[in-house]
Amino acid sequence: MTTTSSSFIFSATINGEQREFLADERDSLLEALRERAGIRGPKEGCNNGNCGACAVLLNGVLVNSCCVMAAEVTGEQITTVEGLATPEGLAPLQQCFLEEAALQCGICTPGFLIASTALLAENPHPTEEETRFWLAGNLCRCTGYDKIIRAVLKAADQTA
Amino acid sequence: MVATDKPAYKVVGTRPVRPDGTDKVTGRAEYGADLRLDGMLYGAVLRSPHAHARITRLDTSKAEALPGVLAVATNADFPRVASGNLNLGEGTANPMWLVDNLLAGEKVLYHGHAVAAVAAIDQHVAEDALALIEVEYEVLPFVIDVREAMLETAPILHDDLRTAVRAAGVAPAPDRPTNVATHLRLEKGDLDAGFAEADVVIEREFETSMFHQGYIEPQNGSAFWNQDGNLTVWTSVQGSFATRDQLSAVLQIPVSRIKVVPMEIGGGFGGKINVYLEPLAAILSRKSKRPVKMWMTREAVFQATGPTSATYCRVKIGAKRDGTFTAAHAYLAYEAGAYPGSPVGAGAQCAFAPYNIANQVVDGFDVVVNGPKTSAYRAPGAPASEYAVEATINELAEMLQIDAMDLRLKNASREGTANAVGAPWPTIGAEAVMNAVKNHPHYTSELHGDDVGRGVALGFWFNGGMESSGTATVTADGRVSLNMGTVDIGGSRASHAMQLAEVLGLEMDDINAHIVDTDSTGYNGVTGGSRVTFQGGWVMHDLGMAIRQQLQERAAGLWDVAADAVTYDDGSVVGPDDADGQPRRMSFKEIASKLSNSGGMITVSATSKRNTQGPAFAGHIVDLQVDRDTGKVTILRYTAIQDVGTAIHPSYVEGQIQGGAVQGIGMALNEEYVYDDQGRLRNSTFLDYRMPVANDLPMIDVQLIEVPNPGHPFGVRGVGEVPIVPPQAAIRNALYDALGVNFYQTPVSPRVILDELLPKD
Ligand code: FES
Ligand code: FES
Repeated sequence: MTTTSSSFIFSATINGEQREFLADERDSLLEALRERAGIRGPKEGCNNGNCGACAVLLNGVLVNSCCVMAAEVTGEQITTVEGLATPEGLAPLQQCFLEEAALQCGICTPGFLIASTALLAENPHPTEEETRFWLAGNLCRCTGYDKIIRAVLKAADQTA
Repeated sequence: MVATDKPAYKVVGTRPVRPDGTDKVTGRAEYGADLRLDGMLYGAVLRSPHAHARITRLDTSKAEALPGVLAVATNADFPRVASGNLNLGEGTANPMWLVDNLLAGEKVLYHGHAVAAVAAIDQHVAEDALALIEVEYEVLPFVIDVREAMLETAPILHDDLRTAVRAAGVAPAPDRPTNVATHLRLEKGDLDAGFAEADVVIEREFETSMFHQGYIEPQNGSAFWNQDGNLTVWTSVQGSFATRDQLSAVLQIPVSRIKVVPMEIGGGFGGKINVYLEPLAAILSRKSKRPVKMWMTREAVFQATGPTSATYCRVKIGAKRDGTFTAAHAYLAYEAGAYPGSPVGAGAQCAFAPYNIANQVVDGFDVVVNGPKTSAYRAPGAPASEYAVEATINELAEMLQIDAMDLRLKNASREGTANAVGAPWPTIGAEAVMNAVKNHPHYTSELHGDDVGRGVALGFWFNGGMESSGTATVTADGRVSLNMGTVDIGGSRASHAMQLAEVLGLEMDDINAHIVDTDSTGYNGVTGGSRVTFQGGWVMHDLGMAIRQQLQERAAGLWDVAADAVTYDDGSVVGPDDADGQPRRMSFKEIASKLSNSGGMITVSATSKRNTQGPAFAGHIVDLQVDRDTGKVTILRYTAIQDVGTAIHPSYVEGQIQGGAVQGIGMALNEEYVYDDQGRLRNSTFLDYRMPVANDLPMIDVQLIEVPNPGHPFGVRGVGEVPIVPPQAAIRNALYDALGVNFYQTPVSPRVILDELLPKD
């Protein structure tokens, strides 16, 4: 390492598993997850909070991981798209995204799935307008959002 | 859906879950930036702060000396490359200019132009190194506006550039430096006579902004230049083979020494055909002997990749009182960016395509300016010229007191009428689309509310052909492993697998569809031009028929009957009845299990370069409402109608149309490149380059018209491009309906609307 960098041990519960790895004090949470821990579900679309591709849940709260410093969240609970499916199978949102063709290129999908998970946790039966409003921080350039919104509403319909 | 005599398909037209779906909803799909290799370095790029400047000093020694930096590259590291012409499928590239665009030579030509690249042990060290590179510039006058760039007094970008005149009857250009790279002309009939016949002549002029494709995944490129001289590149691009061709040209090594591994791609829309980082990663790897991974910042994506041309378009149409168009002229000036090569040629051919006009001339100009080199963007060149025509037709309809759709229908192109270059149209759905718009319940419904308006517009795109290849192997358990070289940008694994399954009488799930590297299958053109499902469908047809033929021969051997006595029917081989009068029939799975003992497994390859693609027409209807206090426009209802030939997977067809329409809505209302008085791009973030978000939009209703393409085994035309064409004009025409104001520029942003609505002092 160089004089300008300094390493630290990043430790956190990631998708239910206690993890420790070497990170750099200048790493965002996104960089630490992707380049140090090898968790590459969260994507970098802008690196400044504008696109939502890097969305993760931090202690259950939706955040853009590019805007959080890794050093600030050591010891916390982090959920990424890799943590949504269970041993029994895909989460209902994941299944609905597939059935409704809610992805084309798929680069935005991890962010939309995380953001939608946060939405349904807070508001299990959102209206179309509430869904569109909640997901306004996630950019998708391929789909025009139509099928994404339908997939989220369908998943909501399936929960009691 | 319009009724047609479409054959009854089993798989085509259904909506299965795509083969790569699970990987993409679980985070497992590997995009270019997800690559991890042992010993991998990180690359970064230093960019010009000026719009136009001469580099008087470039010193990288301090960066090279920084611990953790393993290589630095500048333009001098590239071999000297001669001027030439590389066909990339959608657009071309001159390798000489391409090198200077990758890393600037004597001059920087736009804000963000790459100047030097470094490779270091992590991103932070790479960024530190950039700050240590010393560059001195002699700042030069710059020009960004296309019409200013055409003036004789304009600052000149390339001293050796002369206008290539490709227009019969136009004098050659004078031998002096210019920014006008090309003047082309398309001509048919007698323009003057046509205008003389007209009762009404209308002429209008328009400006469109530079727009970016806005793919969410920034460009990336990684390379390992092995010491045996072989180069491997991992990247998210629309064309692995087009990338290999460009690498070969700029690095001056044979294509057989280069393997391009396609990673998943996070959107492209035409913008991921030209290379930006791959050659830099290759040079940095050659110098450091380590793999090098690079990806772009979002700021660099906006500044220095290939958005589409800003344009100035002037349209003149003559018509008789009854609405018959007698003549038309279009003057199109398209920015190319820093190097020649705008899509003005395609824009010229598309301009009047939906209409049958006997006398027409289109003049097109390709003009360099101090902006990023433009590249393809969804129906490249078409949105600007067709917007200008569709807006002018809207005003003409009002002058003639004819319904806007009736006027279009009266002049519709149909099979056999001549297109812009005088060739007859094949079977097309222009009229079918126009009738569907006119009869759509949206078009005929009442519109209520204050400051609401409705607009319509048509769109046309050629659809591409190019070349596709694939290899298929029958597995012992009776499925098919399919290797293709066209990257899957939005569901082509599914559309290919469905077509192959249809030919073989199997389910989509019986086909294992893979995208493989450039060493593992035949040549494939780019994923672009709405061509992949079309040409790939031909490959699937050829592969499927070859497999059927071999299965029939194997069955004949097993049954000991003549080969021509065996047929293939609905997923089974069928032979003549046996001696006991029992029918001979083996399912695909049964015969697959016997292949190994009857001559070996079956593998077939096919390459197709048919040019029987079917043109696409689309018609969009929009209702909107304007907020007079803020200038904000709300889209109330949107309907997109399109002739798709045959929809292989209707959900992904609808998705292409919805996505294209929404990109067009962004062009119409918000998106634009904003340069300051120093020629610096001021809005290179997603926050400031305002693309549509979920709560800007309603659902986008889609009506699929299916006029099958007779030049395709399943009638496929191609879908993705044309939906971006109509929105700018449809929205502009709806704004006129709402406000009584005709706008002559896009985007019609809230600021533009308020400038019109607020009282002027
Ligand atoms: S990468 Fe974090 S919001 Fe875009
Ligand atoms: S599916 Fe491509 S950005 Fe959303």
